Amino acid sequence: MSASTPGHAPYYYVPAPSRHPVMMSIGLFFVVFGAGQWVNAHAWGMYSVLFGMLWCAFVLRQWFGEAAAEAEGGLLSDRVDISYRWSMAWFIFSEVMFFAAFFGALYWARVHSVPSLGSAENALLWPDFKAAWPSAVAGATASPAGTVEPFRTMGPWPLPTINTALLLTSGVTLTIAHHALIAGRRASTILWMWITVLLGVVFLGCQAYEYMHAYRDLNLKLSSGIYGSTFYMLTGFHGFHVLVGTLMLLVITIRLMKGHFTPERHFGFEGAAWYWHFVDVVWLGLYFIVYWM
Amino acid sequence: MSSISPWLGAGRVGLTGWILLGATAAQAVNDLPGGPAVRQMSYAKPATQIAAQMDWLHSVMMVICVLICIAVFGVMFYSILKHRKSRGHKPADFHESVKVEIAWTVVPFLIVIGMGAMATKTVVAQKDTTNADITIKATGYQWKWGYDYLKGEGEGISFLQTLDTSHRAMSDAGQPAGDDYLLKVDNPLVVPVDSKIRIITTATDVIHAWMIPQFGVKQDAIPGFVRDTWFRADKTGDFYGQCAELCGKEHAYMPIHVKVVSAAEYTAWVDAEKKKIAARADDPKKEWKLADLVARGEKVYAANCAVCHQANGKGAGPIKGLDASPVVLDADKGRQIAVLLNGQNNGAMPAWKQLSDTEIAAVITYTKNAWSNRTEQIVQPADIVAARK
Amino acid sequence: MSAVLHPGGHGHDAAHDDHHHAPHGWRRWVFATNHKDIGTLYMLFSFAMLMVGGVLALLIRAELFQPGLQFVNPELFNQLTTMHGLIMVFGAIMPAFVGFANWMLPLQIGASDMAFARMNNFSFWLMIPAALVLVMSFFMPGGAPAAGWTLYAPLTLQMGPSMDAAIFAMHIMGASSIMGSINIIVTILNMRAPGMTLMKMPMFAWTWLITAYLLIAVMPVLAGAITMTLTDRHFGTSFFNPAGGGDPVMYQHIFWFFGHPEVYIMILPAFGIVSQIIPAFARKKLFGYASMVYATASIAILSFIVWAHHMYTTGMPLTGQLFFMYATMLISVPTGVKVFNWIATMWRGSMTFETPMLWAVGFIFVFTMGGFTGLILSMAPIDINLQDTYYVVAHFHYVLVAGSLFALFAGVYYWGPKWSGVMYSETRGKIHFWGSLITFNITFFPMHFLGLAGMPRRYADYPMQFTDFNMLASIGGFGFGLMQVYFFLFIVVPMMRGQGEKAPQKPWEGAEGLEWEVPSPAPFHTFETPPKLDATATRVIG
Ligand code: HEA
Ligand code: HEA
Ligand code: CUA
Ligand SMILES: [Cu+2]
Repeated sequence: MSASTPGHAPYYYVPAPSRHPVMMSIGLFFVVFGAGQWVNAHAWGMYSVLFGMLWCAFVLRQWFGEAAAEAEGGLLSDRVDISYRWSMAWFIFSEVMFFAAFFGALYWARVHSVPSLGSAENALLWPDFKAAWPSAVAGATASPAGTVEPFRTMGPWPLPTINTALLLTSGVTLTIAHHALIAGRRASTILWMWITVLLGVVFLGCQAYEYMHAYRDLNLKLSSGIYGSTFYMLTGFHGFHVLVGTLMLLVITIRLMKGHFTPERHFGFEGAAWYWHFVDVVWLGLYFIVYWM
Repeated sequence: MSSISPWLGAGRVGLTGWILLGATAAQAVNDLPGGPAVRQMSYAKPATQIAAQMDWLHSVMMVICVLICIAVFGVMFYSILKHRKSRGHKPADFHESVKVEIAWTVVPFLIVIGMGAMATKTVVAQKDTTNADITIKATGYQWKWGYDYLKGEGEGISFLQTLDTSHRAMSDAGQPAGDDYLLKVDNPLVVPVDSKIRIITTATDVIHAWMIPQFGVKQDAIPGFVRDTWFRADKTGDFYGQCAELCGKEHAYMPIHVKVVSAAEYTAWVDAEKKKIAARADDPKKEWKLADLVARGEKVYAANCAVCHQANGKGAGPIKGLDASPVVLDADKGRQIAVLLNGQNNGAMPAWKQLSDTEIAAVITYTKNAWSNRTEQIVQPADIVAARK
Repeated sequence: MSAVLHPGGHGHDAAHDDHHHAPHGWRRWVFATNHKDIGTLYMLFSFAMLMVGGVLALLIRAELFQPGLQFVNPELFNQLTTMHGLIMVFGAIMPAFVGFANWMLPLQIGASDMAFARMNNFSFWLMIPAALVLVMSFFMPGGAPAAGWTLYAPLTLQMGPSMDAAIFAMHIMGASSIMGSINIIVTILNMRAPGMTLMKMPMFAWTWLITAYLLIAVMPVLAGAITMTLTDRHFGTSFFNPAGGGDPVMYQHIFWFFGHPEVYIMILPAFGIVSQIIPAFARKKLFGYASMVYATASIAILSFIVWAHHMYTTGMPLTGQLFFMYATMLISVPTGVKVFNWIATMWRGSMTFETPMLWAVGFIFVFTMGGFTGLILSMAPIDINLQDTYYVVAHFHYVLVAGSLFALFAGVYYWGPKWSGVMYSETRGKIHFWGSLITFNITFFPMHFLGLAGMPRRYADYPMQFTDFNMLASIGGFGFGLMQVYFFLFIVVPMMRGQGEKAPQKPWEGAEGLEWEVPSPAPFHTFETPPKLDATATRVIG
């Protein structure tokens, strides 16, 4: 249980020298170095990436373990708590900007590049191309050069809608867990947290199934021209964020079970919750823009 | 030339102290009419209305900037000289004045709006590509320009423009020479004077840019898209430019040369060109003998392939050698034909569809029989015709 | 930096620190959580990168000394240009400013350290693998990336495996920048000593706060752009491939949405440094503090809506051309406010011209020239002829070298005594300044002429008419390089060794701010409990 007795915490806790950061960069070196080779069909790159990831996971475990111990050891004053809040908020903002780049690409493709590839002037180069979005509708050609096999697009029904429901529900269960934590009902908190994690996992399962369906039945692939590119990159990065969010929630749940966090002080919990809501909001954007529009 | 050029020109005379440096560059060089001048210090000499407007705008901007500089730095250096501690100056203690701060926000704002307003008319004119007399498509290839006369007198003419191979060799040897060094091409683009020429740019591999400074024209050539620009040359003569968008290793070696001629000369040129086309149109049905085809192929190779694959067929760096290459030696001719027609490695090896069937057949036959390659295989134009389908 | 030699700079009381081993040896640096040590690491790293990038620049200049190819082939030339740009921007200038932020921000706002000390160390150590991977790309098959630092598609799609290495390296640098920015924002927002209100903060802190916001807004966008390049290269997507419905120009839009704010990321902290130095040596308060803050913020906001001024020749519609032209020109207004305020600060001051002040005045003079050439480029019709010529190269070296780099030098001389505890030699500082100022102009001024005459950039060889100015530029470039070697040997090395006159706590008569309230060199830990400040928040009273 937390020994946090404010008043005893230093004014601002500055951690002692730590080997975690440099260890983490060593791990990342293997990841990026290997990745650069792997994408160029050097199989050993994959082992370098795996090794690096395991290394990083190991370091992160120690690092976060230490950070959690500091929090539980009562070293963090209110001021540190505020620092954590600011940092999480701005981190999420940077993630928003990352998604903005891909939404921007989708916007540009739909509003600009596809129509202008099919415009009268461009008939000089692509006489047979009929521009329409999605490029799979009747009468349209899938791509200007005709290099893309015909495909069908992914509609909102039924899987994406089910996924929307799953994520929205998970937002609610997470909030219930938060209220339970504030009210000091630990068992109930843990239960609702597990439900939230489960919803996240089911979402990922559905998403994986959706991809399989798209590849197998719709012939919609990463290489299906600009439609496939934006579809998979947007939903793919979102799916990856759901994975990360689920892991965060899982860690928090385990910490709750270990007795971490108090009704007053539980920024670890809140940070993960903010992240989860962010992932939720991005999904709503995807749901309307990618699947409906 | 424009208002400020005279005093820039005066600077040029002052540069005689240069001999010191110039001596090392030994090779004498003169101004190239239509291209750069020796130690040119001013904006390109205009040869179109638009370029004249650009030159004027540049001069006005220079004057405004110089005036602001004089004012601002005048105050600064005055202060630096007068308000020094060593001269016993005591610091004043003002550090705010809403009035001056508003003044030096509003005045620059107005100046800037004025600048924008000045430029607007020219932007509009530059963008107006309607009602052209002649429309020419300029296609950027790695590393040459292709021209197709699409509309107007000369319609149907099309040719490639490459840097004179001797210049490329001089560059490699580090022995440059000539006033038109790196600007000399095999086939200049010919256009009539005083006619509105619309240039449609596009590219097949990466982005290039078609520019002629004296026309005030620069337009990126973007693969898969068309863009356009225009010019109406005031005077006849030769005008030069270079590719202005990084496009790979030979970026510095794809110049542009436009020959502006009188209307009558233009008509004569078009007629001659049309005749040549007729003569050049090889009959793709013709069956060639090995030796003839190899001889023809050697020329095609030298003009198009040797830049990268080298005359000895060994390639260089990331560029594959053709000598002893499995694809070239393969008994299945289709493999090499496919590479030439479609390119390879994301266009690092470009597609060569724009060559004629005979040329492609000839160059393949040549590579299959040159250097240590002794396959005795022959690829006929008909094979290419078939593969194109 | 002298702390290098007197490790363990103790002075922390055990009540606050439950680890009993004071950091020493290599562990002190590798495991550092101290903002001063991390600041030193950042600065040494960026100086090393300046040298690497500088050597590449000198190879470029050597090749361009004469027409004809002498030393390198065109492939290698393009690699040199690309890597020079990437290394200077991401390896030299940006980390140098982060180093300044680390050293000075906690001192200036009365904080004990950066908000997240371990993450701070992580930000630094991420730079190392990134730099390694980037530099190693020269030795990969096909050589380093050669598509220009802007990495335009579709040329990037033709590059060899080193392109992927560079992409991943930039991802990591981006992550480092984002973490660094979050750290800076949180430190400034949450760790100011009581009484240090936002509008009493030193200008350097203000400019960095705003820069950090720019960074977290645009670094992820760059990450997006290069990720699309990566998937286009290897996973069959068609973002930039028209054959599949994509658009090469889309890359440019995304890149410049990052790229333009990026150039202000490299200049705003420079403005901050200069805004500290001018008042100190004019012995007069900064004129128009509030309007300086608003001007900085306006520059940052405007920087998001001007990006396409790099793309006038891509063939934008008329309205786009006009919008971006007007928006770009507007940035001159807040920048002008800054210049005028600096001059008004000098006006009727009591000035002395020690080396930091020389660099600061040099900055104002030469940066403004770069600003004016920027203005000329921003005028769309003129830019049609100047785009992608040496005029642009001249412009951005005036703002980057004479802007960012000069301000960095100014800062090193100004705060160096605080870091190292010793004074640099005034004579040597002046030699460095005048030598650099003169050789800088010899290098880059002639490039304006080359550009006006139409010499395109990224050219390994050029028509003979351009020879003389190129020679001059090359000679200047080598001179400028030598001056930086001089700086390293005769200023930096003695400073690191602690050689020289001992620096007083406040070496500059007119300087104000909390950094001058602690001894020189600044002890390992400062302001462990927040200081009590007087009403101006520039003095500690208890
Ligand atoms: C530190 C970096 C930095 C800074 C601060 C700037 C500042 C500016 N830049 Fe620059 N720029 C670059 C770095 C920078 N730039 C780089 C790296 C490139 C090339 C990228 C590449 O292609 O590789 C580039 C390219 C570039 C281009 C594209 C050129 C081309 O490729 O064709 C343009 C065009 O508009 C431009 C404009 C400007 C303007 C208007 C400013 C303004 O902010 C300048 C404002 C300042 C002043 C105007 C002077 C002071 C003001 C006064 C004294 C007030 C009085 C003034 C008036 C009333 C007008 N820049
Ligand atoms: C960000 C900062 C920055 C800095 C500081 C510099 C510094 C320099 N740059 Fe930089 N440059 C860029 C950013 C920068 N550059 C960018 C972004 C580009 C565009 C890239 C692109 O097109 O993609 C560019 C492009 C560029 C070009 C155009 C290349 C081309 O288009 O092909 C040239 C050409 O002269 C050049 C020259 C120089 C020189 C001479 C210096 C000098 O200031 C360097 C000074 C030298 C040193 C600091 C080295 C120190 C000396 C030694 C280590 C020992 C050896 C010395 C001797 C023997 C004398 N640069
Ligand atoms: Cu074509 Cu540069
Ligand atoms: Cu810009």
